[in-house]
Formats: sequence, C-alpha cells, structure tokens
Amino acid sequence: MKLTGAQIMMKALKDEGVDTIFGYPGGAVLDLYDELDKTDIHHILARHEQGAVHAADGYARASGKVGVCLVTSGPGATNAVTGIASANMDSIPLVVFTGQVPTHLIGNDAFQEVDIVGITRPCTKHNYLVTRLEDLSRVIKEAFYIARSGRPGPVLIDIPKDLGSQTIDYTPIKDIKLKSYNPTYDPNIKQLHKVVSLIKNAKKPVIFGGGGIILSNSSKSLTELARKMQIPVTASLMGLGAFPGSDPLWLGMLGMHGTYRANMSIGNCDLLLAVGVRFDDRVTGKTDVFAAQAKIVHIDIDPTSIHKNVPVAIPVVGDCKIALDHLNRLIDKEDLGNVAEKRKKWLDQIQQWKTSTPMTYNQKDVIKPQYVIDKLYELTKGKAIITTEVGQNQMWAAQYYHFDQPRHFITSGGLGCMGFGFPAAIGAQVACPDELVVDIAGDGSIQMNIQEMATAVQYGLPVKIVILNNGYLGMVRQWQELFYKKRYASTNMEHAPDFVKLAQAYGAVGLRASRPDEVESILKQGLFSKDTVIMDFIVEREENVYPMVPAGAPITKMLLV
Amino acid sequence: MIKEKHVLSILVENQPGVLSRIAGLFSGRGYNVESISAAETNVPNETRITITTTADMPAIEQITKQLHKSINVIKVHDLTGTDFVQREMALVKIKASPEHRAEILRIVDIFRCKVVDVGLKHYTIEITGAQDKLSAILGLLKPIGIKEIARTGAIALSREPKNNH
Repeated sequence: MKLTGAQIMMKALKDEGVDTIFGYPGGAVLDLYDELDKTDIHHILARHEQGAVHAADGYARASGKVGVCLVTSGPGATNAVTGIASANMDSIPLVVFTGQVPTHLIGNDAFQEVDIVGITRPCTKHNYLVTRLEDLSRVIKEAFYIARSGRPGPVLIDIPKDLGSQTIDYTPIKDIKLKSYNPTYDPNIKQLHKVVSLIKNAKKPVIFGGGGIILSNSSKSLTELARKMQIPVTASLMGLGAFPGSDPLWLGMLGMHGTYRANMSIGNCDLLLAVGVRFDDRVTGKTDVFAAQAKIVHIDIDPTSIHKNVPVAIPVVGDCKIALDHLNRLIDKEDLGNVAEKRKKWLDQIQQWKTSTPMTYNQKDVIKPQYVIDKLYELTKGKAIITTEVGQNQMWAAQYYHFDQPRHFITSGGLGCMGFGFPAAIGAQVACPDELVVDIAGDGSIQMNIQEMATAVQYGLPVKIVILNNGYLGMVRQWQELFYKKRYASTNMEHAPDFVKLAQAYGAVGLRASRPDEVESILKQGLFSKDTVIMDFIVEREENVYPMVPAGAPITKMLLV
Repeated sequence: MIKEKHVLSILVENQPGVLSRIAGLFSGRGYNVESISAAETNVPNETRITITTTADMPAIEQITKQLHKSINVIKVHDLTGTDFVQREMALVKIKASPEHRAEILRIVDIFRCKVVDVGLKHYTIEITGAQDKLSAILGLLKPIGIKEIARTGAIALSREPKNNH
C-alpha cells in the first residue's frame, strides 16, 4: 500500500493510541496538518509553541500517557525548546514532532531552518532527524517506546517537509529492537534483602519519595510500606502526592522550603529510604551533612542518579514499583514484633518538632497568600488537580495544599519554568475533563503564557487560575530582601494588566479579592463556575516563603518566620 | 580525590550526530576530553570512539553511566586498570637543514618511525606508539625545530588472554 509520509505518521500515532495532540501549524508541517485534519485525533491549537509543549506535559502528568506535540520548523521548534527542557528535567514522556525544511535545503540557512536536533540534543532523552521516508514509522515507534520506558523523557522527531508528501510502500512496524537501550526494571534481590534488614533494625527511619514514585505509579506500594513499618514519609516537590498528605506519617515537603519536621527528620534519621529521587540541590542543601547520621538506601531506575550528588550505602537500580512491591513481600515474611511500639519514640520526636515549629502565617488586614491556598484546599477538599507557576506561588502551593493522590500536583520542578502552570493546567484539563484543575500563579509568571487564555476559552476548558498578586517577582524579591540588602533590582512588577478585564477580554470570567473577608466567596464563585476563570487575589506584597534554607546551607539550619 | 587519566572505549551505533552527542555530553557536564578518536569497526553500523579523560573515580563513574544512558551507546569500557594496548599516531613536519638531517634520521631509526615526505627544507615523520613514546620523540625533535604536528587521539583495545588458565 502506497502511503504519504503524513499518512504514515497518522497511522503510527493511531497505533500508539494517541487521541490528542497539542500544536501550532506552520509552513513546514502543512502536509502533516492536512492529514491530521482528516483523522479523529483531537488537536488543541495553542497560542505559542511553548504553551503547546507545556500543555502536552500537563496532559502526560495528569494522565500517565505520552504527551504529543506538533510544531513547525525554525521559530516553531525553538519556541518549543523551553517546554522540552522542562519535561526533560522532570522525566515526563513526550514525543515532539517538529517540521524541518525540505531535505535538499537542510544546511543552506533556508527560511525557517534551524538545527533543532542539534539544539535539543542535551535536553531530550533522544532525538531524530528523519531523512528517509522508509525510516519514519520505525522512528516514531522507537520514539514512543523510548519516551515512556525506563526513566521517561521527551523525544523529538524532526521531519523535513518533503517527507510529508512523498509516498512509499508502507509496512507497519511490529517490534522494535534497540540493542543499545535496555532499561533495568528488576532490582537486584540481594540488595533488597539488605534493605529489609536495615528497615528491621532501624530506630529512626524516614522514607523520601520523589517524582519516580509518581512516574512508576507506585504510591500505593510506598504507602503500604510506610504504614506497615510505621515509617514517616517526606517528599521532594516532584514527589508530592506520592503519599497521602492527610496521613499522620506525612512529614510535609523536604528541602529549601520544606517543613521543619521534614528537614529535622532527615538530619536525625538513622535510615533514609530514598525512592525515585535524584537528590537535587534544592532538597539536599549542603550535601556532606545531608542525612549525616543515616545509612542511605537509594532506589531508582536511572543508574546515573545513584552516587551523583550523595554517596549511598545501598544502591538499588530498578523500577520503583517492582522494588517496593518486592520489599513489601519480603517484609511480610519477617517477624516484626510490635512495630508501633518500636517506632513510638521516633514518631513522638517528630510530633514534637511539628508542634514546636509548625507551618504558620498570621492573617491580618491584608490577604496572606498562604491563606488563599489554605482556603482553596478547604473548599476543594484537597481533590483538585493543582498546577503551579514557579516561585513563591509554587512553594506556598506545595506547603499549604495537601495532596492525597498522585498526578494531582503538576509543577516544573527541575527547570523551574515560569509560565508552565497555566498551559499545563490546560493539558491536565484535556486529560481529565471532569476534574477541577487549578493553576496557582503569581502575577509575574501568569504573564509568561497568558496568551493561552484564548486556547482555554476556545476549547471550553474550565481551568481556574488563582493569581497571588503581590506586584513583585516575589521569590527573587525575597532573595533580594534576605541576601541583597533589600535592593529590589527589577523585581517590582506593579505595572501589570487588570487581570479581571484581561479575563473578560479573552471571553473568560475575571474575579478579584482585595480583602481577607472576600477570599472565600471569590474562591467559591470562581471554583464552581463552568467557565475559564481568573481569580486575582491582591496579597501582602512582601510576604516571604518560610521556612527557608539559604542555598548551600545544611537543611537543618532553617530560617524560620 | 585523586584525578587519574582514563581511557574509555565506547562502542556506539553509527548514526548521524552520535559523535556530537558524546562530545556534547562531556562539555555539557563539565568533563574534560583530552583526546577523542572515532572510526567504524568490523561490525557494520558500529563505531568505536576512544576518549581519554582525566577525572577522579566518582566523576569517572558518572561519565561512564551517563555515556551508557545515551541511547546510541552500545558499550562503555573503562580500560584503565585493565590490560590493554594503546596507540597514537603523529605526523611531524620538522626542519631538515643539512646539519640536522643525519640526527633526524638517527632518531627516526631508533624509534622505528618513518619518513613519509621529504621536501626542500622539511621532512615529515610518521610516529606510532604509546603516548610516552610520542612524548619522548617529540621532546628530542623539538630543539631541531618542529614546523607542524598532526596527532590522532589515542586508540585502544583490551588485551586477549595469553593462556588458558
């Protein structure tokens, strides 16, 4: 059967079960778009390629499926790079198709030509330039496989324009063989036996979960282990939702803006079970005193994560879910005695840290951003899918919204990409049409991809945006206050659009609360609307995120309120 | 931690951009490359890249793991600390004024090099050997007057066992 490149691509996408693509057309992808239009694949037209990639990212995180993007060559491709880099840092499975100039023009500095494969080499899991049509279906198959297997990540496929309309005899690809890529899923059982004996003998154990728990769908297994062994659990930003935030064993987030009890637990524990984490500097602070009294067990599917930042006693390379399920089975065979009794002293100590130094703020005349999140948590009963931008809004969301389920907190953790939250919320809403999706934003970061309002309204996506509006680039201002003698260099953003009118201009609903007593009613009005809504909360301008560990300090040396 | 020189033998799929991927990994992560050489092997579609780098053990562990993580990399072997043969080649264009010609030829003879081009004022010498041999001969030639040098990076293979035990 003779098929065009565009037809082959659509077939390959259908074979992979793709039902939604986020993208933006252009000259080099006209053939692909023409063919896409004939299929039943749902296309979401973003208003900027960065928005399209973040949306695909949000879609992937909320659904657990591979997010798919289609953008044109040159500026279309370069605009996508930030989104790709963010997905790469957070190990999110994406397949991004970029158009390329026709093969005979490659390397000629043609119109809208850019070497996107060269540009994205360091920020993709893998990428391809397809120069022969006969490679296309195999490359697409490999790309999806690579994106979703092992430690997931984005894969880019660059398709020259002429391939879209060329024809070839099409034979579907059944199996792929990659002799050089073979992720380790099954952990070494001997290592797991060592872990079991450490868990049995530990007096002050802590579990530290990360994004790997979410990606491997292993939060149930982690929760089982923690509850069975009465081990308190903390998580990185990426791991929020891996363990129920309402469970008494939950310590809160760890790290630079972690809770006092989480950081103190790490400083004092004798066993640290790190699962699906990569020991980012925002988590560890000064690495040589991180969990200094503990034996560290590190379970991760990516061998490069192990020993990279923190030396560990027992490395376990493998899939988190397989490893945790194994551990649970091994522990079930052990005679454990009275676990609750054994753990009492340690849990009492943690409770004491919690009572002595809780997460707190003082709501007076001006709206405190934390209060908005508190109320949001209360009104949504902790069930909303929360996306965030980056900065103070992100940290307050992480601190004051308590996630009971995985895939409900969607944030740009590694890259720390402002402008992520709103398009990601659009993607999450597409993936989960019946769930309440809320983007917690700052007035600075929401402006980075505000153009996606048109996308949300066009597709009737009832995403809710909560702007914590302090007229500053708040997190940078906080650092300037604390470490740069209050010289607020270029962080004052008082000159901003009227977000209520802006929402209305896009055909959405705009609401504003300026006083604490308005917060709850505005939230109620906005959250339970069927429309896309911006809620603009005028908050305390110079509120800081506490606790805080200055960069490079030990995580137990925290600045408290 | 002590930094040591390591010879990494990396077998990769012969795909466009692979060398750039490997080189980019080194530069992007702040590892240094002292030499790099790459060419096809006897197996179709496989290329061997030999890289020499100086790093401490944790860094070497990271480098080899990161290399292995690259999708096109089939095998990574840190030859340092194992039994292996290593060769490097240099072409040296040296000033050959009449009073030095005998001296140059003597050195070429002693080190079993070859004169591969003879010009009016210069000889070009081909030197092959382990790195210390190259350093030794270049040290001797330098006072005579080197005009140009072209050097390959090191290439290396592990040694096969010599008996059945």
